[in-house]
Amino acid sequence: MVAMTQEQEFQELVDADQRIEPRDWMPEAYRKTLIRQIAQHAHSEIIGMQPEGNWITRAPSLRRKAILMAKVQDEAGHGLYLYSAAETLGVGRDELLDLLHAGRQKYSSIFNYPTVTWADMGAIGWLVDGAAIVNQVPITRCSYGPYARAMVRICKEESFHQRQGFEILHTLSHGTPAQHEMAQDAVNRWWWPSLMMFGPPDDQSPNSAQSMAWKIKRFSNDELRQKFVDMTVPQAEVLGLTLPDPEIRWDEAAGNYAFGDIDWTEFFEVLKGNGPCNAARMEHRVRAHVEGSWVREAATSYAEKTAARVQEGAA
Amino acid sequence: MNPGSDLQAEGGHGAVPTRDVPTGTEAGSSPRDWPLWEVFVRAKRGLSHLHVGSLHAPDAAMALRNARDVYTRRSEGVSIWVVPATAVVASSPDEKDAFFDPAADKAYRHPTFYDIPDEVQHL
Repeated sequence: MVAMTQEQEFQELVDADQRIEPRDWMPEAYRKTLIRQIAQHAHSEIIGMQPEGNWITRAPSLRRKAILMAKVQDEAGHGLYLYSAAETLGVGRDELLDLLHAGRQKYSSIFNYPTVTWADMGAIGWLVDGAAIVNQVPITRCSYGPYARAMVRICKEESFHQRQGFEILHTLSHGTPAQHEMAQDAVNRWWWPSLMMFGPPDDQSPNSAQSMAWKIKRFSNDELRQKFVDMTVPQAEVLGLTLPDPEIRWDEAAGNYAFGDIDWTEFFEVLKGNGPCNAARMEHRVRAHVEGSWVREAATSYAEKTAARVQEGAA
Repeated sequence: MNPGSDLQAEGGHGAVPTRDVPTGTEAGSSPRDWPLWEVFVRAKRGLSHLHVGSLHAPDAAMALRNARDVYTRRSEGVSIWVVPATAVVASSPDEKDAFFDPAADKAYRHPTFYDIPDEVQHL
């Protein structure tokens, strides 16, 4: 038998739907792709705390406030699972945060939209987290073990996020006319950005072939977007809310919902940094990091002193 | 170039750029961060502790508290171990075949290796 190269052995494991683990040999490009993807995913989770953190002090009831705090805490947790998965690839969490703060790594542009009413908490949970679930469920079968395992935990928790969002909108939609209108307004504003979350159409984003072959990505941008639309349209009917797209209709032949064209100019503007909140999100993130440095230093100093005392006691 | 050509829905919560994104700093992994701890959780009495992930903490007490907050927010555990990541000694993936070879040719260690007449019960 001809000896296989390391790369062939690696691809054979991937093709057999086996998982690659941290100490296995892997192509350098695979490692870099994963670091980039997991890091930007982690950044998205922690930046994602901001739009919702905005409403904690103004949640309409103690019940809603407790739920929202738990959700924002989950986003921090998701960030931590992901940073620790990225670290198994040989990069430091501090390095990744530096790259985020320097604007050299990005986070999902959906978090550059403002949350102007309470109903936005509902729309984010239902639509943004709903889209995230569609995006993330296939990653639970990603070829890289630590990323896939982190995603299993995250997907379980996202389900709570989506359901609490749906409940907020359902309550508002069936409340007073003003509440109903608030819910409808939030859905109007978040629907198209949620569709854009899946990225540009497949014919404009041809770079995923390698990620598909490595089984990091399993479905194309358009496939995921269609899945999300098919899931969401019937849910909107139950909510009693209208999705802001007159072209949505059941396509009997295709066996899915047809929907209108997406205006990508807005998406690219937000991505370029011209969204309503790009600067505010980054400024807040960097400030929180800088202002929190004394806590990290104090904890380090306490740990060092305690360790020294233990050593003295032993001597 | 179409600005969309290097965007994928990789961010979990939406599309992010994939081209010209650095995957490390020049500084490398300098240990500015707190030490890394591996976290093991016992889901309930009667089960052993299982590895669930890792986290950074300045000392063991903080590692335990952080592990509680990061890995058991939904009653996933009744007991947690944290172990400094540097204390873990692992077998090498490069020697995987040689290392586990001794078990490969000893099928007689498994009960199914033995031929037993069909009529024999409880064996």
